[in-house]
Amino acid sequence: MLEWPYPIRYYTLNKVDVDVLVVGGGMAGCWAAIRAARRGVKVAIAEKASVIRSGAAGSGIDHWQHAATNPCSKVAPEELTEAEVEHCGGYTNGIVRYIRCRDAWDTLLEMERMGAKIRDTEDEFKGAPFRDDETKLLFAYDYENKFTLRVWGTTFKPALFNECRRLGVDIFNRVMITSLLLSNDGKEARIAGAIGVDQLTGELYVFRAKAVVLSTGVSTRLWSFIDPVGLSSFYPPNETGDGIAMAWKIGAMLTLMESSGPAAGIGIFSWPSFGIGNPANTWYPCRIVDSKGREVPFVDRDGRPLRTPDEVTKPSPGQKFMLIGGSIYSGRGSHKYLGPRITPNLSELVEKGELTPPFYADLPSMPEHERKAIFGLMVGQEGKTNIPIYYNYTRAGFDPDKDMLQAYWQYGSETKWLDWFGKVPANFRDSAVGSGSKGGLVVDWNLKTNIEGLYAAGCIIAGSAAASCAATSGRWAGAKAADYAKSASAPSINWSEVDEEEKRIYSLIEREEGICWKELNAGICRVMREYCGDYKNEDLLNIGLIWIKEIKEKEAKELYARNPHELIRALEVLNILVIAEIVLHASLARRASSEYLGFYRLDYPQLDPPEWRKFITIRNEGGTVKIGELPFNYWLKPPFKSSYQENYEVYKPW
Amino acid sequence: MVKKVYMQPNEPPYRPIIFDPKVCDGCNKCVEVCTMNVLMPNPEKGKPPIVLYPDECWYGGCCVKECPKFEEGAIKLNFPLWYRPRWIRKETRESFRIGSPNPPPPNLKPPVGGWKPKP
Repeated sequence: MLEWPYPIRYYTLNKVDVDVLVVGGGMAGCWAAIRAARRGVKVAIAEKASVIRSGAAGSGIDHWQHAATNPCSKVAPEELTEAEVEHCGGYTNGIVRYIRCRDAWDTLLEMERMGAKIRDTEDEFKGAPFRDDETKLLFAYDYENKFTLRVWGTTFKPALFNECRRLGVDIFNRVMITSLLLSNDGKEARIAGAIGVDQLTGELYVFRAKAVVLSTGVSTRLWSFIDPVGLSSFYPPNETGDGIAMAWKIGAMLTLMESSGPAAGIGIFSWPSFGIGNPANTWYPCRIVDSKGREVPFVDRDGRPLRTPDEVTKPSPGQKFMLIGGSIYSGRGSHKYLGPRITPNLSELVEKGELTPPFYADLPSMPEHERKAIFGLMVGQEGKTNIPIYYNYTRAGFDPDKDMLQAYWQYGSETKWLDWFGKVPANFRDSAVGSGSKGGLVVDWNLKTNIEGLYAAGCIIAGSAAASCAATSGRWAGAKAADYAKSASAPSINWSEVDEEEKRIYSLIEREEGICWKELNAGICRVMREYCGDYKNEDLLNIGLIWIKEIKEKEAKELYARNPHELIRALEVLNILVIAEIVLHASLARRASSEYLGFYRLDYPQLDPPEWRKFITIRNEGGTVKIGELPFNYWLKPPFKSSYQENYEVYKPW
Repeated sequence: MVKKVYMQPNEPPYRPIIFDPKVCDGCNKCVEVCTMNVLMPNPEKGKPPIVLYPDECWYGGCCVKECPKFEEGAIKLNFPLWYRPRWIRKETRESFRIGSPNPPPPNLKPPVGGWKPKP
């Protein structure tokens, strides 16, 4: 057996003093660090992987949603934000969505100055209906309204990483933050910093910081821990809700934690992401044909058959604009904004013999500019596509001019676009994929949590969505955190908290046998699938909580790690255990079903009854679970202003 | 001569990352960028990294993307057998897949904007 390749430094403690600590260096975290550093404060990023390619957007992004202020957009930011909120049934976050609609274009321009590619400077798409020939910008989905851009997203993270370095941001790669520290010098709880552990050496870091920005992304591996474990999640499987777990421990307020959707393309059920023929998202508006070459029709929101691609890329008659194509929210949402999708009676057409599987993505029949935009630009720039799909497929001989890639359709798959990615049993849930209502932290217009000095950015914010939301919220939160840090006094670290955390972390490596991280992760997921799955009731959820309590008292105390890598994985699973408990409590608290939240209570079957159209909040108050509520549109109610524009003007950090 | 047989534990059945030791010079860029910390530097300098945790691979391809010699084949992202989509050539109806025994010639066209797109 080979010895561990890095020096082992358990119990070594490094002290780092900064103004702003950013936890998680993905799209949101990098932007937070950049905007904080530009205000002249000392900034550090602690990143569990490596900043240059970390996070959900690290390997790429194919489209930049809702840049409503770009010169070609025909929809105003206010209108687009209201549409998003309505489309999510109200269960989302109007603050980050409005900030995105206002700032996504400026953010893109800034990234272009850093070296990212956002326009067709080589004139590859000259004359295409989705191109503006003056600005050379390319648009996606709704070619008439032009608020979502096609971009070369593989260039984004390296550009942001270089900008962070240029600005002197201290980058701590392979450091997982495990807990937040509170200052005990004032009356009110206030952030004092955080503790982290190094995945290569096992040494500890104590960051003293006046402000912390949490940008750790989504919570994966909560229902699905499946062979091979690296494919347990559509999102990066190292996004284990660490930020939510550590914020929960110090009393931060969360909401929408009961929300979930079916997992897409995980483990042995999965196909390479965006690497099979399909009609949605990255592949929109690709024509799908059956084995005899007959077209599988797209239909508009009213079931009217459409011709690809011209009719699929514009709103229906009488519709002002559409939100994405291919019904990204599984056909739910507001009729007003629904885009075209594959006919919802595909199974019926197959039963009647009118269409015969296998189905194929008929790229060769598409106009050249569409084919090149789908396979060449979008598949080539989206997350996990540049090497896995574009490079691997073309080297294996795939030629989009000649070849039709199979679309692995199964009975019933037409109704949910995610099923086209590899259908999984319904109790394999996911807290983030395809949801406009993912759970997370409650924030105000400063993107501050209820904890003094604690800010949030990206998918950790309840109701946040996608890369452009991550970037714009990161930009805003970073500036706000820097301004706060400038006015705040130096916090004092409570060293007994550090000692306790040190003991908790290293107890895992002191133990030489017991239960390994994989078994614990898989066990928690089994509890979540059986007791908090696609259908829930009070008895099921309560047994789930008994399970979690037992695991906390028994198996979690038997968890062991044999090296720093396993130590990180084990600490992640302990966070997953925390999140599982929160989700179970939040699920008990919502005594109604909700279509928008993918939340079905057998004991309260009515979908979205008026009295439950609100946010259920959940908070840990000194070990007791506190349930509360917030009204829909709380961001437009006192103490805030009543319109999006006014709030933007009052709170904008620039 | 009878081949020696050992009591070997099961290994993860997948080989997500395959290095070509003739091309890879052990620069460890892939080790540095991996999201899941799957790769470890080889104790012997200049040799390809060790794929220590193949089951944790997310198949994101960043290791290949950051490799200065990926087009020379220093590192390959290798899909498990159950993860290999098929396609047909429209004109001839020939059927292929990732890893076909008789693959068509490679398509060497780079993505729009090239492998290193410029603003």
